[in-house]
Amino acid sequence: MATTDQEVNELIKREYEHGFVTEIEVDTFEPGLNEDVIARLSAIKKEPEFMLEWRLKAYRRWLEMKEPDWAHVGYPKIDYNSISYYSAPKRKEDMPQSLDEVDPELLRTYEKLGIPLHEREKLAGVAVDAVFDSVSVATTFKEPLAKAGVIFCSISEAVRDYPELVQKYLGSVVPHTDNYFAGLNAAVFSDGTFVYVPKGVRCPMELSTYFRINAANTGQFERTLIIADEGSYVSYLEGCTAPMRDENQLHAAVVELVALDDAQIKYSTVQNWYPGDENGKGGIYNFVTKRAACIGKNSKVSWTQVETGSAITWKYPSCILRGENSVGEFYSVALTHNYQQADTGTKMIHLGKNTSSTIISKGISAGKSSNAYRGLVKFGPRAEGARNFTQCDSLLIGDRCGAHTFPYIESLNKSAIVEHEATTSKVSDEQMFLCRQRGIDPEQAVSMIVNGFCKEVFKELPMEFAVEAGKLLEVSLEGSVG
Amino acid sequence: MLSIKNLHASVGGKEILKGINLEIKAGEVHAIMGPNGSGKSTLSQVLAGNDAFEVTSGEVTLNGDNLLEKETEERAREGVFLAFQYPVEIPGVSNLQFMRTSVNAMRHHRGEPEMNAAEFMKLAREVSKQVDLDPAFLKRGVNEGFSGGEKKRNEIMQALLLQPKLAILDETDSGLDIDALKVVSDGVNALRAKDRAILMVTHYQRLLDHIVPDYVHVLADGKIVKSGGRELALELEARGYAWLGIKDEATAASSAN
Repeated sequence: MATTDQEVNELIKREYEHGFVTEIEVDTFEPGLNEDVIARLSAIKKEPEFMLEWRLKAYRRWLEMKEPDWAHVGYPKIDYNSISYYSAPKRKEDMPQSLDEVDPELLRTYEKLGIPLHEREKLAGVAVDAVFDSVSVATTFKEPLAKAGVIFCSISEAVRDYPELVQKYLGSVVPHTDNYFAGLNAAVFSDGTFVYVPKGVRCPMELSTYFRINAANTGQFERTLIIADEGSYVSYLEGCTAPMRDENQLHAAVVELVALDDAQIKYSTVQNWYPGDENGKGGIYNFVTKRAACIGKNSKVSWTQVETGSAITWKYPSCILRGENSVGEFYSVALTHNYQQADTGTKMIHLGKNTSSTIISKGISAGKSSNAYRGLVKFGPRAEGARNFTQCDSLLIGDRCGAHTFPYIESLNKSAIVEHEATTSKVSDEQMFLCRQRGIDPEQAVSMIVNGFCKEVFKELPMEFAVEAGKLLEVSLEGSVG
Repeated sequence: MLSIKNLHASVGGKEILKGINLEIKAGEVHAIMGPNGSGKSTLSQVLAGNDAFEVTSGEVTLNGDNLLEKETEERAREGVFLAFQYPVEIPGVSNLQFMRTSVNAMRHHRGEPEMNAAEFMKLAREVSKQVDLDPAFLKRGVNEGFSGGEKKRNEIMQALLLQPKLAILDETDSGLDIDALKVVSDGVNALRAKDRAILMVTHYQRLLDHIVPDYVHVLADGKIVKSGGRELALELEARGYAWLGIKDEATAASSAN
C-alpha cells in the first residue's frame, strides 16, 4: 500500500499550478499614483480626451473616499503609492495587428495556462481575449464575430474605436462614486474586454477573457463592459491566474453588464488567482465590483462564479432589475482553504414589476479560512409582484475554519415575495467512512463530496468549464484531509 | 479466512468488545446475534476500520494478513465489505458515480484497467435488477431520500458489484418489510460462494429463515457466550435471550450505533 500513500503525499504537495513567472521585457511605470501617472497611462493607450477627463474626475473623487472596512476580512493597510499602475510587455511599434506579431513568449505563457491562442490550436467555439498585466495581448476569432455583428475587443481598443458606445455605457452601471475600489478602478483601469451584441443577434460562440497577472508590485485594474442590445444573447466567461509571490498584489476590477429589452447575458467566472501559501503569505487581493443593469423588459442576467483563488475575495456580482419581468440569477461556489478569506455574495435590486431573482450560494471552508456570504435582496416601491428565492449552503471541512452568512432583505413593496433557505453542514465522519469503506482514497472522497455539494452551481457553467471547475476544486482541496 | 483473537475495543474510553474469538472459513456464513448494546455493531465497525473505535488488544487477520494495521480503504480494497446498518447520504453525488469510483478503486488495486462510464452503466443496470432497484436510483444522490428498504438494497447491490472476500452485514434486516427482506436475502444468498465468507449481524432470528447460516454465535456484553449451528437461533427465538441469562434491553449508552 506504500505506493498509494506516496501518491496521496505527492498530491498534497502539489503546488499552485499556474504560479510560474514569464520572463519578458516590459514597460512598467514607477510605483506611485498621481495625476501625471494617470495622464501617462491615458496617453500610452492613445485615449481620446474625454477618457482622460473621466479618469481624472474619478481620481479626484477617490482621494476623498475611504477604504471600506465592513467586510468580514482583515488585511494590513494598502499603500497605494507603492503599487505600479501600468506594466505591459514591450512591443515594437503599435498594437499587434495579428497573432503572428505577438511575442512567442506570451503565446507560450497562455499555452501553458491551457489557453492556446494560435490559429490552428484555438479553442473550438470559444473566442478569447488575453489580458496580460495592464494590456490585452491578443483577441481570437474577431473576424467571424464581426461578421455576426458582434464587437469583441479589448476595452482599450473600444475606447478608441467605439467612443460613442463607451461614453454612453461606461460607468452607467457602476459609477466612479460607487465605492472606493470602483473609484480607483475608474481612475487607473488598464485593460479588460468590451463586448457589444447587436439587436436580435445570438452570439455564435462563447466569449472569454483570460486575465493573467505576471509583473511584480503591480496592480491589475480590469475593466469590462458588455452590452447586449434588444433580443440578443451572449455567454461570456473569464478566468484568472497569477504567479506565486510572497507579496500581496491587488486586482481591483469593475465589470458592467447592460441588458436591453429581451436580451440575455450569461456571465461565468472561474477565479483562480494565487491564494497565498499554506501559511497565508502572499496571494491576490481580489476587490471587485461587478454589476448588471437589466434595463430592458424581459431581460435576463445570470452570474455564475467559481471562486477558489485569491488571498482575499471581496466581490458581489449584482443585478439591478429595472425592466419589467427582468430576471437576475446568481450561482456561486466560493472555496477557501489555508488562510484565505472570502466575503462574497450578491445584490438583487428589484425596481421593476414582476422582476424575479434566484440566488444559490455554496460556501466551502477548509483549513483556517474564513468564508462569508453577504447578500442584499431589495424591493423598490414599484416592484409589484417581484420575487426572490435565496439558498445559502455552507460546508465546513475540519474544525478550524469559519462560515458566516449575512443576508439583508429590504422591502418597500408589500406584494414582494422572498424565500430564504440556509444550511450549514460538515463533511461528516460517516460520509468519509462510507467512502473509505468502499475503497476510495480520503482525498478523492472529500473532493467527491464537495463536488456533489456544488452540483447545482456547476450545472450552470458552460460544459467545457464545468469539468474544469470540478478539477479546480480537487486541486484547491488537496491537503485538506488529514 | 478471517481470524479474530481476543479482540478488545473501546469507544470514548468505555470498553465494548471484551475479548472476541472467532474463526470464519471461506465459504461459510456466520451469524452473530445478541441484544442491543452487546457490541454487535461495534464488531462490524472495528473489522471495517472505523477510527471512532479504539482497538486496545487482540489480533485480526484476513488470509493471514494483519487487518488491524491497515487503513479502512486498504482493508476494503483487500476485500472487506461492510453493509451499513444506517447508510449515510451524500447529497449531489450520484449513486452511479459513487459506485463506479468504488469499483475502479478496487480494480486499480488489483492492477486491472478502470471501467469507463458506459461499461459500468451496463454492469450496474444488471446488478440493480438483482436487488429489484429501479435503474433510476443510479442517477440519484447516494442514499439521498431513499427509504430504509431502498438504502439496504443499495448496500447489497454494492456488495454484489464489489464481490468482496468478506462481507459483513450489519443489521441488514432492520426496518425491512417481508417483501424487502426477501429481496435483500436473495441478494445475500447470491453472494454466497466457496471463496467468500459472510458475517451477518442481527438482532432477530427472522433473517436467518431466509439466509441459513452455517454457524450462530451469541454475543453478550462484548463476548461470545454461546456458539452453535442453525438450531441455536431457533432456540433463542423460542426461549429468548433470558434463556442464556442475558438481559435483552436497549442499553443505549453502550450501544455502538
